[in-house]
Amino acid sequence: MIKIEHLSKSFGKFAALKDINVHMRQGQAISLLGPNGSGKTTLIKSILGLVIPEKGNITINGQSVKRDWSYRSLIGYMPQIGHYPDNMTIDQVFALIKEMRKDTHDYDEELIRGFQLNKLGNKTMRSLSGGTRQKVSASLAFLFSPSVYILDEPTAGLDPVSSELLKEKILKEREAGKLILITSHVLSDLEGIASHIIYLQDGDLRFYSAVEELQAATGEEKLNKVIAHIMKNESRVAKTIQ
Amino acid sequence: MKTIIKYVLLDLLRNRVILFYTIILAVLAVSVLGIDDNPTKGLLSLLNITLLFVPLITILFSTIYFFNAIEFTELLLSQPIKRNKVLLAEYSALTVSLSTAYAVGIGIPLLLLVSGIESFILTLIGILLTFVFSSLALLIFVKFRDKTKGIGIAIAIALFFTLLFDGFLLAFIYSFSDYPIDQAVVGIIAFNPIDLARVLMLLHLDVAVLMGYSGALFKKFLGSATGSIFSIACIMLWIIVPLLLSVRIFNRKDL
Repeated sequence: MIKIEHLSKSFGKFAALKDINVHMRQGQAISLLGPNGSGKTTLIKSILGLVIPEKGNITINGQSVKRDWSYRSLIGYMPQIGHYPDNMTIDQVFALIKEMRKDTHDYDEELIRGFQLNKLGNKTMRSLSGGTRQKVSASLAFLFSPSVYILDEPTAGLDPVSSELLKEKILKEREAGKLILITSHVLSDLEGIASHIIYLQDGDLRFYSAVEELQAATGEEKLNKVIAHIMKNESRVAKTIQ
Repeated sequence: MKTIIKYVLLDLLRNRVILFYTIILAVLAVSVLGIDDNPTKGLLSLLNITLLFVPLITILFSTIYFFNAIEFTELLLSQPIKRNKVLLAEYSALTVSLSTAYAVGIGIPLLLLVSGIESFILTLIGILLTFVFSSLALLIFVKFRDKTKGIGIAIAIALFFTLLFDGFLLAFIYSFSDYPIDQAVVGIIAFNPIDLARVLMLLHLDVAVLMGYSGALFKKFLGSATGSIFSIACIMLWIIVPLLLSVRIFNRKDL
């Protein structure tokens, strides 16, 4: 589905990504983990074509992200910070993106109804709280039932009910065979969602493996314990995985 | 592209700053034109107001708008659309809304109180300057990552063209007054869109020769018609060149 080969990117002297090679497949829910500044956002933005790779290649369904922009109709992206024009109403935001993606006519409005955004249609984006704006971003990402979801900190700022609703939706899509890429610092939110973990540190891909493998290698059950264990005894676990 | 222009325009037309800008311009136009019976004097005052405020307000508002919209721009770019289309759509929506503000604020009072070719030229000048300075704002946005730095540079550019440039030009004229520099001065003026706009207006008023060195020079060397075409062509370059540069830089920019 998404194939990343020898991807490198640096900003000035700072190397954000160093020779990344990953092959992500359908049906996987991959959680991108790593400390701040480890290159998670750069990796996501490279896939979206927002960051131009220095070296290497990214293909989605065999289509290179470099020249052709049409591959983006396969992707639903939920940004970390949802910042919209002040005077645009919720309805206008949805209408705008719908008109930009005319190739899809079957809209998945489950989240819009779940978050009850359809009742707030005439509210301007300026008047919304941060959490409601986050709900708009989430609904937009799921609106076109794309085959790839890229969710950057999806549950940050959501109340527990909405957060649960979004997690259920993510699970549903994963079971439908979609590829889901999530970054989150709230590991407990990824519990039960993530099937694979990509761990980045200082722009290096430390490991990319299934959650079950990691659980077996560390002897821990909970995701946050697994990751804590790996961060403490990194080299030893890395050997076991390989 | 049309879709983005439509929705961004809908947002901008409800923007408070733009509404306020329109009202201020309208109040200025009506009061300035009402003070004197001589419409030429009123037009000249409005010309000076335009040359001073339109560049500054346009470049400041546009720079701030582009930097504030960066997350929204990213969201649009994550949709299946070409990069330069998003950029040009946002630019178009911005210039259209600011020009509309000018056309409503200054153009309508002029049309009602002093109609004629001069009023038309003044409105055209305001709109052209809006295009020039939002084009420069776009260039600042694609060139710099930091918003504060971008705003600082926007202010510097506006002040350079409204105040400093003429100071340098005067110094140049004084120090080389013994030499035949007339043609050189006409050439130098092409490097300042605000001077070009001023000349364009003065060429259409009978006071051209009285109103300053540059106007007189243009009339002498180029005559009214050629002078107008020359200054409009130069202003168009001031719109197109920054715009093309911005698109080029933006296509390779990391967001």
